[in-house]
Order: sequence, then C-alpha cells, then structure tokens
Amino acid sequence: MHSLCRNCLAFIKNEPRCSKCNSPSILRHTELKSLSIAHLDCDAFYASVEKRDNPDLIDKPIIIGGGNRGVVSTACYIARIKGVKSAMPMFQALRKCPEAIVIRPRMELYANISKSIRQMMFELTPAVEPLSLDEAFLDLTGTEKLHGNPPVVQLSLLVKKISQELGITGSVGLSHNKFLAKIASDLDKPKGFSIIGKKETEEFLSNKPVSLIWGVGNTLKSKLEEDGIRTFSELKIRNKEDLMKRYGQMGLRLWHLSRGQDSRKISANNQVKSISNETTFSEDTSDRLLLDGHIWRLSEKVSDRAKATEKLGSIVSIKLKRKDHSQVTRRLSLRDPTQMCSMIYKSAKTLLDNLDDRGPFRLIGVNLSKITKALPDHYYNDLVDIQGKNNIEVEKATDKIRGRFGKKAILRGRTLR
Amino acid sequence: MKVSIERSVLLKAMSQAQSVVERRNTIPILANVLIEAEGETVSFRATDLDIEVQDKVKATVERSGVTTVGAHTLHEIVRKLPDGSQVVLADDSTSGRLHISTGRSNFTLATLPREDFPIMASAEYDVNFNAKANILRRLFDKSKFAISTEETRYYLNGVYMHVSNDENSNVLRCVATDGHRLARVDADLPANASSMPGVIIPRKTVGELGKLLNDDDVDIAVSVSDTKVRFATSDIQLTSKVIDGTFPDYSRVIPSGNAKRLEVDAAEFARAVDRVSTVSSERSRAVKLNLDEDRLILSVNAPDNGAAEEEVAVSYGDEQLEIGFNAKYLLEIAGQVDRENAIFMFNSSGDPALITEGEDSSAIYVVMPMRV
Repeated sequence: MHSLCRNCLAFIKNEPRCSKCNSPSILRHTELKSLSIAHLDCDAFYASVEKRDNPDLIDKPIIIGGGNRGVVSTACYIARIKGVKSAMPMFQALRKCPEAIVIRPRMELYANISKSIRQMMFELTPAVEPLSLDEAFLDLTGTEKLHGNPPVVQLSLLVKKISQELGITGSVGLSHNKFLAKIASDLDKPKGFSIIGKKETEEFLSNKPVSLIWGVGNTLKSKLEEDGIRTFSELKIRNKEDLMKRYGQMGLRLWHLSRGQDSRKISANNQVKSISNETTFSEDTSDRLLLDGHIWRLSEKVSDRAKATEKLGSIVSIKLKRKDHSQVTRRLSLRDPTQMCSMIYKSAKTLLDNLDDRGPFRLIGVNLSKITKALPDHYYNDLVDIQGKNNIEVEKATDKIRGRFGKKAILRGRTLR
Repeated sequence: MKVSIERSVLLKAMSQAQSVVERRNTIPILANVLIEAEGETVSFRATDLDIEVQDKVKATVERSGVTTVGAHTLHEIVRKLPDGSQVVLADDSTSGRLHISTGRSNFTLATLPREDFPIMASAEYDVNFNAKANILRRLFDKSKFAISTEETRYYLNGVYMHVSNDENSNVLRCVATDGHRLARVDADLPANASSMPGVIIPRKTVGELGKLLNDDDVDIAVSVSDTKVRFATSDIQLTSKVIDGTFPDYSRVIPSGNAKRLEVDAAEFARAVDRVSTVSSERSRAVKLNLDEDRLILSVNAPDNGAAEEEVAVSYGDEQLEIGFNAKYLLEIAGQVDRENAIFMFNSSGDPALITEGEDSSAIYVVMPMRV
C-alpha cells in the first residue's frame, strides 16, 4: 500500500494524517505509483468561472444556461443540491430552485480558460484527448522518468496549479484505461481524486449498472434489461459470441468492458467527426430573415472552431426543430473541403432556401462534417467564381483583425440581423 | 382501356419513363406513368415536374382509355417477362386496377386517377429548329462531364446551350463547368436557330436526352423558350424546364496567351495517368507533370502510401515546366479526345491549361492546376 499526501505531495507511511503537514487528505492504493491513464473533469466548470469572477455569487445557487426556453448547461453545487441538473429545461430547474441566479454562458471566456488548462495538460504529456471544454483524458504512461515523479504526483500537481492559477477546481480519475478513468473521476466530486486499480476492477464493477457504459443509452439499456442484463456481473457471465450475435460490434465491446477491459488509445486528434453549433430561439419563429441571421452566426462559430482546430469539412448540414420537437435535417456535399465561414454559410443558406417546411421552428443548427485535416495548400482557384476568391481573402483578413483585437472588432452586418 | 403491346416495345417505353420518375416521391402521383390509348398508339408519359417524357408506341388498341400506374413496378414486371411475349394491359375502372397479362403471368396493379397527373404546360417556344442526332450527341457528350454538382451554384448544374459568334461565325455552342474544368463544344448553327435564347439544360435532362440520340441520322426537333426546352423525335418527346439562373461569362476563363505546347497521344497519356495515380491515397489524386524537351514525366507522391513515376514520349519544345492536376480531370478530358493527339497549352504552373483535339478548336477544354 502506497500513500500520498494530496496537500504536500509527499509519499508517507500508512497513517490517518500526513506526518509532515498534518493534512487528512491522503490517497491510498497499492497501485498508486503504477497507474497512468487519467480523466480530469472540472467541477461545475462554467458556474465556477462565474463565481470566481463575481465573489458575490459564491454562496448563491447559480445556473448557467440560455433564456427562458433554454436548458441548463451547468448548475453550481448549491443549485445541484436542490435537484437542478445539466440538460434540464430551464423552467423545470427554476421550479426546483426558484432563487437561483441564471447567467448566460460566456463561451469565449470559458474557451480561453479551457485553453490555458489544456496548455498545462500538454506540459505533462502530448497524449491529451479533450472531450469538451472542461474535461480531458491524459495518458501519462512512460512519463515518470521525464518528470521524476509517478503520474499520480503530476496529476495532483496539475489540479493544484489549475486551482491556484485559474481559480477552478477539478476532479481526477486515475486507472488503467479510459473507461475506468472516466468512471473514477465522477466518484468523488468535487475536488476528488479517485483510483481504480487493476486488482479491484472486476469487483468494483460487479454491482454497477451497465448504463454506466458510454454508448448504453435508453434504447440499448432497455434491450439489455429485456435480456436480463442490468449490472456488470450479469453482463460478465454472457458468452462473447452470443453478445456479438445479439448486439453486433457493441456486443464485443460490452464483453470487454464487463471485464474492465478497454483498449482505446488516448490521442490528441482522433476525436472530431463533426463540428456543429445550434441555438434555441426565445420564441418559435418562421421568419426567414431571422433564420438567415442565425445561420450566419452559427456558421461563424462553426468556422471559428474549424479554423482553431485546423480542420476542414466537406459536408454541411442544417437542423431545424419544429414546435413539437420533431426535426428536419438537410445536408449537402461540397466539392472541396472547407473551413471558410462564407462557404459554410452559403451552403447552409442554400439548404434553408430549398426547404419547403416554413416552420415555425424552435431551434436551428449548422453542422460541418466529413472532417479532414486542414491542407492550406490544397485550395483551388475557381475558374468562374472570382467573387469566391475575394470572399476568402476578405475572411482571412477579417480573421487576422479579430485574432488581434477580439472577436467583435470587426463584424459582418449580417451578424447583427 | 385495353391494349396489346409487344414486350420489347413496351420495355423500351417503360425504361424511358421510369428513369424520369424519381425513386423517392412524396407526391404519390409522381411515381406513376400516364398511359393513354387511342387509335393505333399508346403513349406513356412520366414526369418529375421538371422533366416530362412522352413515348408513343404502336399497339393494338381494343378499347381506348387512360390510366396511371406505378412506373417502377410496371417497368420491373415488363423487364421480367419473357422476350417475344405479347403483353395485354387492361384497366378495370370499377376496381381501379390495371391488369397485366401475358400467357400464364397475370398481375394486378393499383391505379390513380388520370386527373391527378400533372401535364407540363406546353409553352410557347420562341425558336424551333431541327438538328441531326449525332450533332447534338457530340455537343452534350463532350461537355456533360464538366457539369457541376454543387447545389450552392445551381446555375452550373447543367449545360449552357446558346448561339455564339465569337470568331465571327455563328455556332451552336454547349458549355459546362464546375469551376475546376470547363468544356466548350461547338457545332455548325442549324437553320432557324440563330435567335435561340441561351438556356441552361439541367444535368438530368442531359442524361435523359442521351437516350433520344442513339440513331445518328434521325432529325431531332428542338424547341427553345426562356423557360423550357423540348427535344422530339417522331415517337419520343422530352420536355424540360431550364435552370433559372445566369451562366457565368466563361469567355474570360479561356486562356488565350498560353504558349507552351505539349502534344501527346491521348489514349497513351490517359493510361499512364491512370497507372501512376493508383498509388495516390487521397480522393483528389494529384498527378505531377514534368515537362522537358520532348519528354513528359508523370509522377505521384503520396507520403503515406507510395510513389509512382512514368515517362511518356511527347512533343514539347518549350522551357521546362512542372505542373500538377487532379488525375480524374485529366482522365475525363483525355477521354473526350478520340480522333487525334491531345494538345495541351500551358502558361505557368499556377494558370489553367487549355486542351484541344489536334488543331480543332470546335471542342476545347480548360482545367485548373493543383498545387503539388
């Protein structure tokens, strides 16, 4: 059994309190020094940022989310005690916690903080796989020699540094694969540090519900339930071939996961399959001019992200949700992959123009998919579309200005529509 | 209605009809073919609201009448019937069914009322002229590969047919471009065509038109207005809306100052391009052309996959040039050149190249280079 003091980061003997700093916060595990796959999840990220920037909010319940119609994107821990959860419709959240202060998300700010956090992660290892702004997998295998410390120490240092420099707390899950690391980070939130070792993996999982598995949603869950599989132990006794016959590729994955096996690699760039952005209106609308304005702003956001991550996409699609939540999607393939806002917008606009359904709609989204890596030298000149070339030059120039003076330094008139 | 038609005749008419009918239809009647029997002919009419095709065939009409029935199903049935059989189509107005029978096979299909079937309004055509099938076939066959599929530039989704007097002689001209390559094909202007308005004929129509143009010497009656175009033989009539848009000014796209001249056997060139592009792993396969004194080296370098190189004997006497192209584009253009050597005119590695068949300027192609 190894013990690490989370406060002074010293390995100590097996004592209830650290003999050096008297802290009771001790990590104890036999595999403490050998585990190297981690998942780091910031605690109520957006809410923490808002509380950090406005100390008056510290002891109040706050909810980050959009307008009356939107959903909760993050609730602080005080609001969570009242039963507010992420993705809950705002009206429902406010019914549970009427005194909550609702704050509109400031995505640009969160993205900047996220970037700083990611930078700190990259100092530990190049194998960082972000899942969203506030969580990421890290593979620290083989970094002990470099850092002079086992991963557990470096990770503890990382959360300390994030907390000290950015005022954000996070929880770490440390294990031997991605699946378990992700589960572990959720065990002891906030400010947690949980470890699932190889030895106790099967025992740990046995009574857990299979819905813990990413990819087991409501449909698969009920199918599994019909087959008498609710927990990992019920899954584990199943024959591999039978699972594959019944559930296809997912069956094989289930078989491995029931044994705590997950061979997925952590890599910085195998993630993005599509880039999308959507917005829910405060009131249902069928106003095409208004929708057009939204499409432009959404295209801008999608394009910004594609440019930031150096990705191109060759399919543009739009999504519209009707009053009754049923949705329409339309897509088109581009001749050449793009990350340019003008191209994404033009395509999305064509799709909207060709749509017979006049609404009213409650939500609109723009999506760029069939993602490839940016190949800037691959751009063709077009024989007939002289304006298109100019548009790209204008956009590049605009991007430079926005890069230097901020996103609102220069705008298209359309943005204000 | 009760008619008797030879299976092969019926199959030909139904093939034409079903290819116009869209596979997926939200409006049920558009999945149907309108069958009209009168005198000694039966006509089959199909539409997707943009194109209408009507095919008239000789048949024994026992009882004249009109009905509509699912085009794809009827086509499938006829296709599977034994060759040489005589097919009887008879509608039963009380049950609303169409009976199809031949010897031992009997089928019954649901029908929809003829009143629901949308007949394309026959427009007033501004210009009517006749052209030989082989002339029209050449115009469209040589240009259609360059039609764009980009929905955002709908005005490029067809062949622009118009009258041009570029070099002081009037020609009937077809142009298509997708922005990467362009094809411009000319034919002698048929009598009575000089005042024809320029029209953009949609890709699907161009595809359907191909089926009308099989016999070289058949006269095709062409009618054109600002909004519609019609091609007709004595049996088949193809009517189509034209694309409502402005085709870009293509004349400034065609390079006039390209001075570096490469002459090469088109078929040999195409085979070499095809061979070297095999190693390319990307969708857009870039082939590099290295030109030097009577020598062309084609090469592909795909770092993840491999590399290939091939030398082709050519006629080239200008300064050394290195230029890259999408292999697919080169193959498609080389495929249009069938009588003589292909002549490429280059300027620099960043400028579009001009390709002709020998010295014949009645069909020219322009292709954008790629950076390699």
